[in-house]
Amino acid sequence: MANKGKPVIDRERCKGCHLCVRSCPTKVFDVDETPNSWGYYPALPARAEACIACGNCYLVCPDVAATVYKL
Amino acid sequence: MELIYGHPKSLKPIQTKYCPGCGHGVIHRLICEVIDELGVQDRSVIMNPVGCSIWADLYFDFDSVQVPHGRTPAGATAVKRMLPDHMVICYQGDGDLAAIGTAEIIHAANRGEKFTGIFVNNAIYGMTGGQMAPTTLVGQKATTAPYGRDPIEAGMGYPIRVCELLATLGGTKYLARGSVDSPANIRKTRQYIKKAFEAQLRGEGFGMVEILSPCPTNWQMKPGEAVDWVKSDMIPFYPLGEIKNSLEEAAK
Amino acid sequence: MADEKRLMKGNEAIAEAAIRAGCKAYFGYPITPQNELTAYMAKNMLDKKRIFIQAESEVAAINMVYGAAATGARTMTSSSSPGMSLKQEGISYACGADLPCVLVNVARSGPGLGGISPGQGDYFQSTRGGGHGDYYHIVLAPKSVQEAADLTYEAFDLADKWRMPAMILADGLIGQMMEGVVLPSARDPASLPKKAWAAGHRAGTSREANHITSCWLVPEELEQNNIKRYRRYDEVKRAEVRFEEVNTEKAELIFVAYGTSSRVCLGAVEMAKKLGIELGLFRPISLWPFPDKRLAELAAKGKKFLTVEMSMGQMVEDVRLAVNGKAEVLFYGRCGGVIPSEEEVLAEARRILGK
Repeated sequence: MANKGKPVIDRERCKGCHLCVRSCPTKVFDVDETPNSWGYYPALPARAEACIACGNCYLVCPDVAATVYKL
Repeated sequence: MELIYGHPKSLKPIQTKYCPGCGHGVIHRLICEVIDELGVQDRSVIMNPVGCSIWADLYFDFDSVQVPHGRTPAGATAVKRMLPDHMVICYQGDGDLAAIGTAEIIHAANRGEKFTGIFVNNAIYGMTGGQMAPTTLVGQKATTAPYGRDPIEAGMGYPIRVCELLATLGGTKYLARGSVDSPANIRKTRQYIKKAFEAQLRGEGFGMVEILSPCPTNWQMKPGEAVDWVKSDMIPFYPLGEIKNSLEEAAK
Repeated sequence: MADEKRLMKGNEAIAEAAIRAGCKAYFGYPITPQNELTAYMAKNMLDKKRIFIQAESEVAAINMVYGAAATGARTMTSSSSPGMSLKQEGISYACGADLPCVLVNVARSGPGLGGISPGQGDYFQSTRGGGHGDYYHIVLAPKSVQEAADLTYEAFDLADKWRMPAMILADGLIGQMMEGVVLPSARDPASLPKKAWAAGHRAGTSREANHITSCWLVPEELEQNNIKRYRRYDEVKRAEVRFEEVNTEKAELIFVAYGTSSRVCLGAVEMAKKLGIELGLFRPISLWPFPDKRLAELAAKGKKFLTVEMSMGQMVEDVRLAVNGKAEVLFYGRCGGVIPSEEEVLAEARRILGK
């Protein structure tokens, strides 16, 4: 049974580059419709339950705005 | 619930000034992950170059020394000679290293200096707004190569493969080229960085890790397009892997 | 214990004095007329297991000095005029980052490739900050091998005390000639000042990371940084002015000259005495901070000044600034590497005085 993980996006630190959105193998992330205070549209862990704790989002994120917990 | 991918201790938990999708942020994190793993934060010194990563002294939570554009290897030489038991990291962009600082990197490498070079190759000048760099590819556009880099008609020269260039020098022991365009390459780049840092701790030099890195703003691409372009255009010209490894450990 | 007197080349005396002052890292590059200094450092620094690098250029050398200074080490580079031009950016950075270091310019004639004979055409470059931005650094001008050694030795203390570069502005004659010299005793490394601001050795302390930089991209912060430094410059001006006076009270006309040209003027003063003519010499030793107050005092006594330089006239402007119109300031110079003779300098003084 695959690992289970919990992705967390720091939506204020996220700059909306969306590299995590495209690199997540289980398509956990959408683009948030509401911008953060910088005006960026951060990643949104819409389907967190699909997370397999692979860490791709963390790896590709240039601002460590994506962190992952193991469930 | 255990945090398995979290913020490295030696990287300050603040938002960087780098553009969305910029590779510097990933590279800073990789460096700090390895610094934490090796437990050398309190004896690390980073040389922050002139270029976008001049900001590095805001983000690395260890001592830094900022020297004039291109002279980072010269500064790093003296810092490492004075602090031989410290982890000295010479962080440079492609303008700093392969244009104005060509003499400095070649001679520091040839002296076999014991610091570790981290060379961020994004094929453009970032901080100054997108000029052609020594690593700009033929045909790639830049503000100073508006019709694309043209080595023949416009005499703009050819992109320089730095690792291969330095590999001919007796003083170089470890030269690897990674990329931060994909999770798999990011993991491999981390291994190269770790190998280079461990070599430094063993007193083996000169080592450098070149890292292909996206610059969405100055390539005028979206972050996703930029990492694709690294894969489609940069990697074929700048092959990844260990270009030179004559570390003792490798000889075992 | 001080040494016994020995005959030594200026370049080598400077090098030995630096070693005795505790210089831990020297970075050089070949350029006439200071090559003996680099060679002496190569042999003796390596013998003492200190750091010696012949850099790939003067640019690399000054940036190595910057790196060593950033770790708190006593460090030095030496060169000559064209090489000093290459170092100006690095010197501006060292001043902007408040880094102590010692710079030795064994000056030669210019501009351009110029020549390799002695010259004093680097006065402006040295005293006005030859690089970009608002800054100064200490400039000391020796006139003998003994003084070259003493000032180099002291330059390390001054640089540390005021956290700024200190330059020895000698010339090819002082560097190349041999004279008797008593060298100062070697400093005990433990006595060297500790530098809490330096990079490195953070382990075991509770200090935050130290950042050695001259980069302040918020204008107000850079302004405050510069203003703070200029307050320190004012203190240096109050504390570190040095000069020598010969017969200035009785003299009708006072030579103002430093280094080699001051020796020529001293000869002219002695020759004049035999003719019953009272001449004097005012010799700045610190070119920055410039001894303007004392010159102003002498000017108030109605003296005449003849500035003698091995250039087309650079220090003469500082003399005029100091005298501020209260007295006549004339100039006599030879350049291109020509050293004026005592006779021609005396003849010029007599012409001015009509005697």
